Amino acid sequence: MRNLIFFFYKYYTFILFFVLELFSFVILYQYNHYQRASFLNYTGGMASGFYETVNSTTNYFGLRNMNDSLMSENARLRSQMLNAYYQNGFTQTSISDTLYKQQYDYISANVVNNSVSKRNNYITIDKGSKHGIKPDMGVIGSNGVVGIVTSVSSHFSTVRSALNANTKISCMVQKNNAFGSLEWNGDDPKFSSLKYVNKHVPITTNDPIVTSNFSMLFPEGLPVGKIYAHSIDASDNFHSIKVELYTDFATLKNVYVIRNIFKDEQQMLQNNLKGDH
Amino acid sequence: MIIDFLTFIIRFVFIILIQLLVINNIELDTYLNPYIYIVFILSLPVTMKPWMVVSLSFFTGLVMDTFSSTPGLHMAASGFVGYFRNFYLEFACSKEDFEKQISPAISSKGFVWFTVYALLLTLLHHTVLFYLEIYSLNEFFRTFFRVISSTLFSVLIIVISQLLFFKNKESR
Repeated sequence: MRNLIFFFYKYYTFILFFVLELFSFVILYQYNHYQRASFLNYTGGMASGFYETVNSTTNYFGLRNMNDSLMSENARLRSQMLNAYYQNGFTQTSISDTLYKQQYDYISANVVNNSVSKRNNYITIDKGSKHGIKPDMGVIGSNGVVGIVTSVSSHFSTVRSALNANTKISCMVQKNNAFGSLEWNGDDPKFSSLKYVNKHVPITTNDPIVTSNFSMLFPEGLPVGKIYAHSIDASDNFHSIKVELYTDFATLKNVYVIRNIFKDEQQMLQNNLKGDH
Repeated sequence: MIIDFLTFIIRFVFIILIQLLVINNIELDTYLNPYIYIVFILSLPVTMKPWMVVSLSFFTGLVMDTFSSTPGLHMAASGFVGYFRNFYLEFACSKEDFEKQISPAISSKGFVWFTVYALLLTLLHHTVLFYLEIYSLNEFFRTFFRVISSTLFSVLIIVISQLLFFKNKESR
């Protein structure tokens, strides 16, 4: 017993170090392996509040660019309105029918903290569970895909940006629906790479890349980027494609969180399928 | 004693704020990610009890984690710095240093000594940090290059900040 006490006394610094190190590895492991583990829940959005304050001060410097991007988005949306179309012979009436049911909701939010140069980048936005945001929702900007919500507090959410090693977004080449996985290799925030596109699929530079219909997070066909360069490695079955992203992550200010109303239903069905095995 | 304690708190807040508001926003390149907040751990007095240093390093890491949505990452990395700092100081400091209760700084130990000290511990910190961040050995050499370039950049900033802020400390 005395030896034990002496042992603890002699090595208490190491024991302290070891225990704390173990603790940090455990929470790091949980965060990397289980989507549900939410660090933001423990810290209660304290950091987000801090960034909100900082952001409200620095927001003024970017107002001009923000207005420009919002105006161009408004213009685009206006051009999609019904009254922007020439009525071609027949009248279109809107009936609340059973054929078209809304599947996706959009919640607008502002970016309060962002980074682009780390290996794993995260974005903090100023809307949270009170506004209906839950983990694993897709996030888009006015130009294209931004990322996936990882954790939510009552007024803030953390988004794993597309510039993150753990973010994999299911995408496809628009013209022939060849699907692949969008993964960032950590080099340049303007480019990402599309992996697992079979090499028999013909592709050319400047082909648009859009979100695929396999993703439960994003509606099909949202713009992601366009092919900047592509090559085939002889030893590989897949194209290696460099994608130029439409979203400029460095100047990101306004984003929309996508709520898939049918997601739970789809997920439940797919989980049932897994249970069969 | 109280004054010392207050100085620590003010310095801690100051360094964390510099890291979060200035350094994190530099974003030069994906290969240059300096983390200078460990200068707080580096500049703790040599006579401080090892368990205190270790606890403070983990706390520093925890604060950084809170503000960068990376649970455990900075905690693990700065914990290593806090623990191995003790061994390095035992090896690199003379008895007089311990008697005079100095804090490692350029003003107290000289330019070369401090640069080597900062370089080694920053290298340790960045190695742990960047490899844990990518969480795989897939991009081993790319991460290695990231570690080296960021370490050099961090040490540069740390040394410059030492020259700027702590120069006249001894003459006071």
